[in-house]
Amino acid sequence: MGGMRALTLRINGDEVRVAAPDHWTLLEVLRYQLRLTGTKQGCDKGDCGACTVLLDGRPVLSCLLPAALAEGHEITTIEGLAPAHRARGGEGADPVQEAFDRTGALQCGFCQPGMILSARALLDRNPHPDRAEIRAALSGNLCRCTGYEQIYQAVELAAAGGEGRD
Amino acid sequence: MAARDRHGPEAPWGEFRVVGRPNRKVDGMDKATGRAVYTDDIQLPGMLHAKTLRSPHAHARILRIDTARAEAMPGVHAVITGADLPVTYGIIPWTPDETALAVDKVRFVGDEVAAVAAVDEDTAIAALARIEVEYEVLPARLDPEDALAHPEPPIHENRKRRDNVSKHVELEFGDLAAGFAAADAVVEAEYFFHGTTHAAIEPHCAVAQATPDGRLTLWSSTQITHYVHRALAHVLGLAPERIRVIQPCLGGAFGGKSDPFSLEFITAKLALLTGRPVKMLWTREEVFYAHRGRHPMRMRYRTGATRDGRLTAVDARILIDGGAYSSYGLVTTYYSGQLLTGPCHIPAYRFDSTRVFTNKPPCGPKRGHGSVQPRFAFECQLDELAVKLGIDPIELRRINFQGRDTETVNGQRITSNGFLACLDEVERASGWKERRGRLPRGRGLGVAGSMYISGTNYPIYPNDMPQAGVQIKLDRSGLATVFTGGNDIGQGSNSVTAWLVAEELGLRPEDVRVVAADTDLCPVDLGAYSSRVTFMVGNAAIDAARKLRRQVVAALAEAWETAVDRIRLGGGEAWEEGSGGRRIPLREAFQIAEARFDTLGATGSYNTPELGGKYRGGTIGASPAYSFTAHVVEVSVDEETGRVTCEKVWIAHDCGRAINPVLVAGQMEGSAYMGVAEALLEEHDVNRYGLHRGPNLLDYRLPTSVDTPELRSLIVESIDPEGPYGAKEAGEGPLHPSIPAIANAIYDAVGVRLRELPFTPGKVLAALERQRREEEARC
Repeated sequence: MGGMRALTLRINGDEVRVAAPDHWTLLEVLRYQLRLTGTKQGCDKGDCGACTVLLDGRPVLSCLLPAALAEGHEITTIEGLAPAHRARGGEGADPVQEAFDRTGALQCGFCQPGMILSARALLDRNPHPDRAEIRAALSGNLCRCTGYEQIYQAVELAAAGGEGRD
Repeated sequence: MAARDRHGPEAPWGEFRVVGRPNRKVDGMDKATGRAVYTDDIQLPGMLHAKTLRSPHAHARILRIDTARAEAMPGVHAVITGADLPVTYGIIPWTPDETALAVDKVRFVGDEVAAVAAVDEDTAIAALARIEVEYEVLPARLDPEDALAHPEPPIHENRKRRDNVSKHVELEFGDLAAGFAAADAVVEAEYFFHGTTHAAIEPHCAVAQATPDGRLTLWSSTQITHYVHRALAHVLGLAPERIRVIQPCLGGAFGGKSDPFSLEFITAKLALLTGRPVKMLWTREEVFYAHRGRHPMRMRYRTGATRDGRLTAVDARILIDGGAYSSYGLVTTYYSGQLLTGPCHIPAYRFDSTRVFTNKPPCGPKRGHGSVQPRFAFECQLDELAVKLGIDPIELRRINFQGRDTETVNGQRITSNGFLACLDEVERASGWKERRGRLPRGRGLGVAGSMYISGTNYPIYPNDMPQAGVQIKLDRSGLATVFTGGNDIGQGSNSVTAWLVAEELGLRPEDVRVVAADTDLCPVDLGAYSSRVTFMVGNAAIDAARKLRRQVVAALAEAWETAVDRIRLGGGEAWEEGSGGRRIPLREAFQIAEARFDTLGATGSYNTPELGGKYRGGTIGASPAYSFTAHVVEVSVDEETGRVTCEKVWIAHDCGRAINPVLVAGQMEGSAYMGVAEALLEEHDVNRYGLHRGPNLLDYRLPTSVDTPELRSLIVESIDPEGPYGAKEAGEGPLHPSIPAIANAIYDAVGVRLRELPFTPGKVLAALERQRREEEARC
């Protein structure tokens, strides 16, 4: 089974110290040690994107990342988005989260934490993406419910900063 | 039908305030922020982790199992085999042929033979390697024709028939011989629909907890809480009142979580044995083997029509590959014929469907259960007829439109029917008239239509109780809490239920809470299958809410000394119509009603009216309302590579009334996406050893965002007389036409008929090559 390792991780702005088996991935540490269960496991081999988190603002697959390699990086999970938005003086949740809810992009919701983080990363580097850029940026996140159309609408709505539909 | 089952499609006071608007879902922000709790998110103190040992053989007798070395491992708390769970079960009461762990035989690669509960998953997996199983390998039948030709030894040996036939249905309606005699044109062809699977992104998971006083709680990623509850009581031999089944938030299902699954019984048994909570989470590979996906079907269709395009007869012969167990197979076999008789009027119709056991992962219901495959064949037949008769394919469907308030040839009652409007919408939006026939070679348009059920009056186990029940508690704080057994599987049924209650009671949507799919707390609903939840739970919710509305209105009228028809509830307020009328927050209205009538609560229910033909199987597929769909798709075909690209899908769907147009569009787009994927990309199959060809989300090719065509949803509202405020289903019907519409568009693009799914580049190139040779032979 191997040994245990003490880790110091920066997650959603906090420094967190945990002990985890050597072979555990960041996904396992997040879900089963820290109980940050918003990060999902859909395939456990990097195919589906449900486990996407941000590492220094860039989307990575936490199921393929040994937890030890996440040390020294700034990790953002889905749980961190709304509080960060509040800390910047915003209201409600992150505009991407609000937009996903408004456009119907959240059906079963299982892929959406990863999808929302990929969308957040896209908008951080490109605040006004066109459809093709949105499609490309989200192509690592499988959604089985929506056919993606309402997800594109959500990203466009968040980019426009608008209230949309209602 | 009881009066309670009819609410009428009208708004309570003439104008909808909640229904028809893009309200935000009750659980939307929980999902967006990661707060929503799915089954694998549950971690209980002292929880053990379970794994199962699976068969490496497609068909084998188990001669011996020795678990001693596994049991001796440190960290292992229990090991069980089929001997510990010998009771057979199955979703259909007439075909209980599954056990949680194999008792004497394994019937497909992946069939489960033993289970371990250990301190963690790693230990459980290590223990599995120490279980010794001795098998006598039997010949594997991986194809239904082979299984029929070589029935010994049969895959199921304890049945009366030893021919590997799981179910056979032959039904004939109208005068088939006269129909074909009257035909001026007849088309006949063979079609093949391959296997596909649901691939919900959440893998199956169950957590069980047993308490020393003999109570068992199971959290499971199921879409049929009620049937799981019944099956657990049956298999474990426990009184049902000691068992509680809860469906946490569910990460997609599409029919793939609508059987009782082995892990539910295994975790329960292990929890009872160890006294510790036990979790089992399947790997993605295990989910592929658990399957219950779309049945492969080989189908021969013959269709006749008169010169002016009127259908005269349809004759179908279907061979269904069932995989290793019955699952819903009895229903699948009926559905393969019974759901074809609309929206086109078929005066004479016969189908002969045979479901056969094979040594493959068991098939079951996938979105559009049993009817997606025949719909593919039939809508392709219509296209071939249109060409033969020189009639526009959309026009051909108009000519044969069955109309509303009618009965199909097999005795199904049709009420609302918006199919013509669906055809009009896709014709207009796609520019069909202007563009079809004028596109360059390699680009084409195709059309197809379909109908689907909004639930059926077949309750799986016969009983006279309601199909759906709802209970509402009104609180003096101004809040309504709705208790429903309905399973929200992502389609948004909890939200729909909340909105219907809000509409009836004048509440703001955010002032309704929903407690769902918990057998200790909620009245029974049969589950999320057959597109029944909006229709049935919706009607039950309105039924309950209307009783409370009458009380609130009566109490206010009495308190204000006015007539009940002058009282209005809406937007979180209550008021008296007319100038100078009073107006108070709903909270105060509830308090007046509570003072007048005592604690406010009500139940409501729904049951179907008597439906269906008066013959054996006549109620299977009999629905209180049918939805209708038409698609036009645009494809491009690369004649160098054989690659088909679906460019755009126009989806028009008659959902009765859109309770929320955003959710309806989401169901339409998600359905069309899934259909396109089945036509062009996905294939669930095994190799000659019975091993899955690619049990992961890379090899089983789910479309990514860049693979998915542009999807344009066009909602048609026919306002059904019996649906909740006129609503019908939207979650399954819109999948059907995508596949034949693509086949028909490929013909329009390059002139070849593809009849074997999926339409891979190899098949396209082979068809183009045949076309070239035929043209050369003609020259």
